[in-house]
Amino acid sequence: MTNSISEIEDAQALFVIGSNTTETHPVIGYRIKMAKNKGASLIVADPRHIDLADYADVFLQMRPGTDGALLNGLLNVIVDESLIDKAFIEKRTEGFEELVAAVKKYTPEYVEGITGVPAADIRKAARLYGTAENAAICYTMGITQHVEGTNNVLAIANLAMASGNLGKPHSGVNPLRGQNNVQGACDMGALPNVFTGYQRVDMDAQREKFEKAWGVALNSTPGYTVTEVMDAVLDGKVKFMYVMGENPSLSDPNLHHVDEALTEVDFLVVQDIFLTETAQKADVVLPAAAFAEKEGTFVNTERRVQLIRQAVTAPGEAKPDWVILTELAQRLGLPWKYESAEDVFREITDLTPSYAGISYQRLENEGGLQWPCPEEGHPGTSILHKDVFAKGKGVFTPVEYSPPAEEPCQEYPLILTTGRDLYHYHTGSMTRQSKGLAAFRPMEKAQVNPEDAKALGLEEGDAIKITSRRGEVTARSTITEIVPPGVVFMTFHFHESAVNLLTCCEAIDPVAKIPELKTCAIKLEKAAL
Amino acid sequence: MYEKQILICAGTGCISSGAYEVKEALDNELQKNNMEDKVRVILSGCHGFCEKGPLLIVYPEDIFYCEVTGEDMPELVEQHLVNGNIVERLLYKDPNTEQIVSNHEEILFYSKQKRLVLRNCGVIDPENIDEYIIRGGYQGLKNALDKDPSEVVEMIKNSGLRGRGGAGFPAGMKWEFAYRSQGDKKYVVCNADEGDPGAFMDRSTLEGDPHAVLEGIMIAGKAIGSDEAYIYVRAEYPLAIKRLRTAIAQAEEYGLIGENILNSGFNYKVNIKEGAGAFVCGEETALLASIEGERGMPRPRPPFPAVKGLWGKPTCINNVETLANVPLIMRKGVKWFTSVGTEGSKGTKIFALTGKVNNTGLCEVPMGITLREVVFDIGGGIRGGKKYKAVQIGGPSGGCIPESLLDLPIDFDSLTQAGAMMGSGGLVAMDEETCMVDLARYFLSFTQNESCGKCTPCREGTKRMLEILERITEGKGEAEDISRLEKIAVTVKDSSLCGLGQTAPNPILTTLRYFRDEYEAHIYDRRCPAGMCKELLSYYIDPEICNGCRACTKVCPVEAITGEKKEPHVIDEEKCIACGACLDRCKFGAVKTK
Amino acid sequence: MLSLTINGHEVKVEPGSTILQAAEKLGIFIPTFCYDPQLAQVGACRICVVEVEKARALVASCCTPAADGMIVHTDSERVLAARQANLSLLLANHPLDCLTCEKTGECKLQDYCYLYGVDESDFVGAQKDYDLDDTNPFYIRDMNKCILCGLCVRICYDVNGAGAIEFINRGFDSKVTPAFDDPMEYSSCVFCGMCVDSCPVGALIPKESIRQARPWELKSVKTICPYCGTGCGLELLVKDNKVVKVRGDLSNPVSRGQTCVKGHFGIDFLDSPDRLKTPLVKKNGEFRETTWEDALELVAAKLKEVKPTEVAGLASARATNEENYLFQKLIRSLGSNSVDHCARL
Ligand SMILES: Cc1cc2nc3c(=O)[nH]c(=O)nc-3n(C[C@H](O)[C@H](O)[C@H](O)COP(=O)(O)O)c2cc1C
Ligand code: SF4
Ligand code: SF4
Ligand code: SF4
Ligand code: FES
Repeated sequence: MTNSISEIEDAQALFVIGSNTTETHPVIGYRIKMAKNKGASLIVADPRHIDLADYADVFLQMRPGTDGALLNGLLNVIVDESLIDKAFIEKRTEGFEELVAAVKKYTPEYVEGITGVPAADIRKAARLYGTAENAAICYTMGITQHVEGTNNVLAIANLAMASGNLGKPHSGVNPLRGQNNVQGACDMGALPNVFTGYQRVDMDAQREKFEKAWGVALNSTPGYTVTEVMDAVLDGKVKFMYVMGENPSLSDPNLHHVDEALTEVDFLVVQDIFLTETAQKADVVLPAAAFAEKEGTFVNTERRVQLIRQAVTAPGEAKPDWVILTELAQRLGLPWKYESAEDVFREITDLTPSYAGISYQRLENEGGLQWPCPEEGHPGTSILHKDVFAKGKGVFTPVEYSPPAEEPCQEYPLILTTGRDLYHYHTGSMTRQSKGLAAFRPMEKAQVNPEDAKALGLEEGDAIKITSRRGEVTARSTITEIVPPGVVFMTFHFHESAVNLLTCCEAIDPVAKIPELKTCAIKLEKAAL
Repeated sequence: MYEKQILICAGTGCISSGAYEVKEALDNELQKNNMEDKVRVILSGCHGFCEKGPLLIVYPEDIFYCEVTGEDMPELVEQHLVNGNIVERLLYKDPNTEQIVSNHEEILFYSKQKRLVLRNCGVIDPENIDEYIIRGGYQGLKNALDKDPSEVVEMIKNSGLRGRGGAGFPAGMKWEFAYRSQGDKKYVVCNADEGDPGAFMDRSTLEGDPHAVLEGIMIAGKAIGSDEAYIYVRAEYPLAIKRLRTAIAQAEEYGLIGENILNSGFNYKVNIKEGAGAFVCGEETALLASIEGERGMPRPRPPFPAVKGLWGKPTCINNVETLANVPLIMRKGVKWFTSVGTEGSKGTKIFALTGKVNNTGLCEVPMGITLREVVFDIGGGIRGGKKYKAVQIGGPSGGCIPESLLDLPIDFDSLTQAGAMMGSGGLVAMDEETCMVDLARYFLSFTQNESCGKCTPCREGTKRMLEILERITEGKGEAEDISRLEKIAVTVKDSSLCGLGQTAPNPILTTLRYFRDEYEAHIYDRRCPAGMCKELLSYYIDPEICNGCRACTKVCPVEAITGEKKEPHVIDEEKCIACGACLDRCKFGAVKTK
Repeated sequence: MLSLTINGHEVKVEPGSTILQAAEKLGIFIPTFCYDPQLAQVGACRICVVEVEKARALVASCCTPAADGMIVHTDSERVLAARQANLSLLLANHPLDCLTCEKTGECKLQDYCYLYGVDESDFVGAQKDYDLDDTNPFYIRDMNKCILCGLCVRICYDVNGAGAIEFINRGFDSKVTPAFDDPMEYSSCVFCGMCVDSCPVGALIPKESIRQARPWELKSVKTICPYCGTGCGLELLVKDNKVVKVRGDLSNPVSRGQTCVKGHFGIDFLDSPDRLKTPLVKKNGEFRETTWEDALELVAAKLKEVKPTEVAGLASARATNEENYLFQKLIRSLGSNSVDHCARL
């Protein structure tokens, strides 16, 4: 997030797109409703009639996968009606002319044709967003898990810059990150191309710094991403896989493909707290401590580094991941000497400029710090891009809309979109082990619109078979107008109804390499369960 | 040209006793006699004398008929209208002097009154704006529009007008707060919730003279800088709502509500909000919550509505009667208004007079009039020649005033001093057969039911006080009950959030103050001095009357009655459970209570 | 700044401060039931009443603004009498099964009765008699214990926005309940548990912790929720090496005590019997338990067999920073840059 969670409730306008916030980020969802109660205008864009739609001043229910067109349509109105922030554009950005030219054809009427959102609503939304003194955009995977995910994010940035909604309170571009420490994992360099703090492996000066600190020679070529690595295994280029606390067997698109890769790989080590679907395929399974059984830090979606503390000891012989990794490294002859998580953190801050001012002591005393926090006395950064962008000027990057990779056809007439629900989390490895949550939401309930249900003769709770070009799964159905006709929604929490057997891994955003999970073409049938 | 006008009172009271049937019958008779264009029949607002309804007045001779029915119409038309003979049997007969009175001004019920607010009620057709205007209507608004808002505020301050909704807060001061509060939007709210049991002052005003209230609202709007008002009327007042709607429509048509009123640049919009009818919704903050669509629960003050009211905007909230006084003050001036009333309480007050008096109904009296005058002159004394005991003034928030204080002048401060309250205008007279403990129980059961449940002392305390009172009236009172009552009453009064709780103990505290002996008789002697509490009656058989028929012995469930056949029987007081079965059974009236 | 006197001590406060806040500044204790600094105050419970000189009645200190020159007494006889009587009134309508009540030890009603010496109520009479609602797996609602402070209703409306519960009825029959008086399960409740945290008495009880521990046996450990990226602060309440109960951490700057159902009621996976407890090695398609020594030795040996670039690792968006750091350090130290995690999912 460029801005902070606490700013949301005082925003004048909020634009929530592709985020079912009240279920995926409930506490942020509360803040959005609070903002609404305090008088903010709320714009919600989503293919489903999510909870927040009921609170919205304008609800834009677009066809799945047409976010890019919608965003360009909003930009078109903002430019057309001069709702732009001229001073901001002149002082802080470049490339505005190109943007103007590019969005010209995205008139609300044209966009209505693509998205199905009435032109008048597009205008209304653009005005609410464009005339507010400060307006924040919040989005989640609904925006990124598309072939054109990166384009969508760029379009969002264009929108915020054109209206001057960056670098000031209650505004900004605010991706709501999914998992508790996904921000931290990125910050820590758990990415194929960067070290901590996004220092690049292919830039000599940065790599050499790490070589010196770690006392080893390092590779300068970026490695495989999650989605690429499965192909690499099948091509025989990767022979050893080490998976720590992930469950790609359920979370990755096109599970058949993943299954095949994980079975194929010569040696698979899985380190986890449960024997997950992935762990079951491992050659060695290492028992890890859970969050409440160790010390360390997490980084939330607003870049806040916070301390976690040990409450209980890990069961049996399970150990914290950092201990396991240290012991393994020592066995491999690496000169690692860490006595505590704090020792590790000190090394991180030494090597990472944006973390340089953070210490356990400060986190303890100050209740977390938002990076960048470059030196000891620095209060942390609650708002990014306040006076300048990290890269100098903000560049408008015009993006063209392209339709989703897979459109419904005669054989697969419906669109499947996927996501999370409130009561479970990710692949369910933790939540399904919680008695209360498991009892309350024991199984998948695919959402089907009453019209489609009627056509198929479905009743509430009937078992259904969902088939895509890649596979089939069964689930119970629930008939609801949350989904529009032609769209089916499922979560990926339940291995019994593993939705990613259906999704598509060939369709990948060419830049960010994020798979298209949000849309794929399917057909539905009644089934015996 | 009409020769005669007939006013039929169409207040809610007269309508329920048959005013519409009377009108229909009268119209029929006139038609039969071909007199339709000679006699004009008008339905008017309430005349106040509901006890004797339906009322009918024939002008120009001003003959006042009461308790008329449809069946009386042929006679009335034939005798009075055709032959010019007054129908004596339909005239009013003074209950005390037995004198027949034909002119309503001569009836004590009316002659002791001072009808300022009610001046138009029963006189004009409330559904015709012209009649209001002819009698000086909207002149006050015009005067106000010519003035600076601060001058209007100043006038109301100088008039000494105090709120008629209960608390008696000076209206001018309230207006000044609202006037001084900064806000892009301000509201005037007219409180027409009138929840006191038995009260109908506001209803009658709205039904009989809706324009007076509208005019008052707009003057308030001009004074505080507001352009929109809400009238919160209880939904049980359909006639008042209908007449208000008609009045608003007519005023809009005449350019008296809307944009640029009387070319002054002043705009005004009036909305009607129908209330759900809970008593507590009359409390100003609960009322605002209710208009906002929330549950009608009081909110803490400060902030006062004048600072942060409806939807957080400065709001001036006044009672119907308060607002109905305003046009008069603006038209006739401060001096004229302050000439009526006492030092601290100016003008008049409308009361709904009920209970054991001969003349029940609505009356408007000058402040400072004594209770005695109200009860004995206007009310015509206690019905059936019984002895006066007390009046409960101020409804459930008020208190009881005993005989010794009959000469108490009716004004805000004297009543408060006596432990009662002006309240909104409920006045219930009680005779010697009213049990004061039972009376307190009645009001407590009302307040307990109506407590919104928000705050501890009121919700829990009224329930416990009610339980204790029930226990006492059932003869199960305990020695400590009086001190328990006092302890709870003081806490509820002192620590409740809103006026409902803060005043709910008043009926208990005043009856304890003036009629403590009745409580003690119930508790210690298991006796109800008024003979009202059934469980406390002691039954005996009058040996003079009893002929020993044995009927009572068969119904007594505890075999408390003994006696030889054909000899007078006796009831064993030890065994008797006071069920009253023998009393109902005895054909000769030999079973008596004491 | 304005200046007022409380119990004879002068204190200066910002305009807009309440009497309660001014008293807090002086370290003067005033009991409260319905007060919550996060919410707009409603002045419902009246336990916080104080005497203000020249005011007609006692005023609720939690929602009465301090005024310049105000003279306040928080412990006059009149105030104490009102507090005692109000406690006594509450007690008269409250089950006295304190021996086995889950809230004993952190029940405000109990604590204040102790403080003000109210041992049994003077005012016996009718008591509420409602059925328990334990239809949902997360918490029990026992409205017989409810003192109608309304905190849960306000939290649910003003903080959560779910608006699942409301006051119904009037007077003595007032009750907090979901729409149509249905069980919670069928309401718009999202089981965030925030109402449970806020209840001053034992009316809302988390199921997981029933008969697990007395409040004073619990050690509180503040940490961060392991689920979504919001990063809410949680307080884990621990007894005998077991997390018995969770509540929102009011001191956390991100969440300010707020939680969702997963953080509040979904942490018991820690004790699942399915947790991995020993290293496992697969032999002939079957897992066998093994020692750390053997497991790590095997992994190290296998790593030495492959070329550096043939190694790939998936780190975790749920492990700590330190662990992710070490993970990429390890893979990279071996000569491979193929580290990733499911940031994109
Ligand atoms: C429980 C309760 C009920 C009330 N009911 C009414 C009512 O029905 N009508 C009314 O005008 N005022 C009522 N009030 C008084 C109002 O709160 C408020 O004081 C009044 O509307 C102000 O108008 P006034 O100053 O013109 O009297 C009630 C007060 C309480 C505490
Ligand atoms: S005093 Fe009674 S009516 Fe007023 S807020 Fe309290 S409970 Fe509600
Ligand atoms: S658990 Fe949360 S949503 Fe449910 S009633 Fe309580 S506060 Fe409301
Ligand atoms: S359940 Fe608890 S929090 Fe809710 S009103 Fe009752 S006592 Fe207060
Ligand atoms: S704490 Fe002040 S009224 Fe409840």
